[in-house]
Amino acid sequence: MNKQATLEEAIAQIRDGASIMVGGFGSPGTPFCLIEELIRQGQTGLTLIKNDANEQSIGISRLIENGQVKKLISTHIGLNKKVVGMMNDGSLEVAFFPQGILAEKIRTTGAGSFGFLTDIGLHSEITDPKDVIVWQGREVKIEPALYADVALIHAHTADHFGNLTYQATAMNFCPLMAMAADTVIAETSNVVTPGAIQPEAVHTPSAFVTSVVAVDTDRPEYGLMEGRYER
Amino acid sequence: MSVEKILKRAAREIQDGQTINLGIGLPTMLVEYLPLDHDVMIHSENGVLGTGRKANEKEANPYLIDAGGSYVTTRPGAAFFDSAVSFAMIRRSKLDMSVMGAFEVDQEGNLANWKIPGKFSPGIGGAMELAQKTGTILILCTHTDKYGKSKILKKCTLPLTAEKCVSRIITDMAVMDVTPEGLVLREVAEGLTPEEVIKATDAELIPADTIGSF
Repeated sequence: MNKQATLEEAIAQIRDGASIMVGGFGSPGTPFCLIEELIRQGQTGLTLIKNDANEQSIGISRLIENGQVKKLISTHIGLNKKVVGMMNDGSLEVAFFPQGILAEKIRTTGAGSFGFLTDIGLHSEITDPKDVIVWQGREVKIEPALYADVALIHAHTADHFGNLTYQATAMNFCPLMAMAADTVIAETSNVVTPGAIQPEAVHTPSAFVTSVVAVDTDRPEYGLMEGRYER
Repeated sequence: MSVEKILKRAAREIQDGQTINLGIGLPTMLVEYLPLDHDVMIHSENGVLGTGRKANEKEANPYLIDAGGSYVTTRPGAAFFDSAVSFAMIRRSKLDMSVMGAFEVDQEGNLANWKIPGKFSPGIGGAMELAQKTGTILILCTHTDKYGKSKILKKCTLPLTAEKCVSRIITDMAVMDVTPEGLVLREVAEGLTPEEVIKATDAELIPADTIGSF
């Protein structure tokens, strides 16, 4: 079993109109190389699911600015004026969920279930009264699970079987998305032979992963951003 | 200057051994004001318990940021986890305190800090879950907006982040507590009288028996 694929082969699995979960909270965990190949291949009508919209001109913002994205499902896009502008002028459909609710909607699909009950935002404008029920004597909201055709994630290390590890805050949504999508494409700059990752250190077990793509993370997007550290 | 005043006063609210979340903006800056001998675990929604101060260029790891996007250090005893675990921690009320900013707070403890319809709607982020599920919500904000209008209101006008969630409000002018009786004025900034603070405030302030200064 060897799930290694070239960038081109891996991204060619994505069809026009696909729903795609993209890992990353800000830059850490964002699979910049997979996104670049998706821009090169040009699939359109995509629905993206990501915590944020990255920042202008990097990551999924480039896909959105390139007109390949029909809808974005997200939690907060405040660091991206360009995408906020596209949302406001109607050229991009955007749906927001509270951050942990988005994570849980993804996790729920990953766990093979169809929805969960929550009280977050129950009496706020994010709740449609149609979704509110009384369950065991308490008012709760039905929150459906969220599925996607594809997940694109960045891993710190991957072996040929598709076992993955993540580094620091680059974990974020990646392990959840890896469980929730049908086709899971993981990029990494460290491809190792099976056994090199200790079993107890595996974050995402190989069964969830479709393709492993070796990428070069020397690109500036993977480096430090100016002005985000102390001088 | 008023920012430093708010932060210095706010740092006194944080107890040794607490687990806290610091919202983006003013609250995040509180890290620099915490006593160094305190064991305080700072939670960052993107998957850290135990962030430290901001990293310098040498220390910065491109894969280690806080929820505001700054490169940060971690303290001994820190842990990383995924976003579902991060918010499980919040929704299971494992955080002792969340320090947040506000567009509006009212005398019943209602909080509005995520949306200004037609002007500002970048998304919800972690605000609703933090505001609804953390035991103690401490609000840091300027007392008035840039037009001099009070942010401390009788009743919020903007879409709420959470209902009746705020415990204490610290502004550049005052320290106020939400109580069953109403909003109590506990302290006023040096150089101000309680009357001046009450005059600058839309909410009905109940003066405490003794009003301190800070």
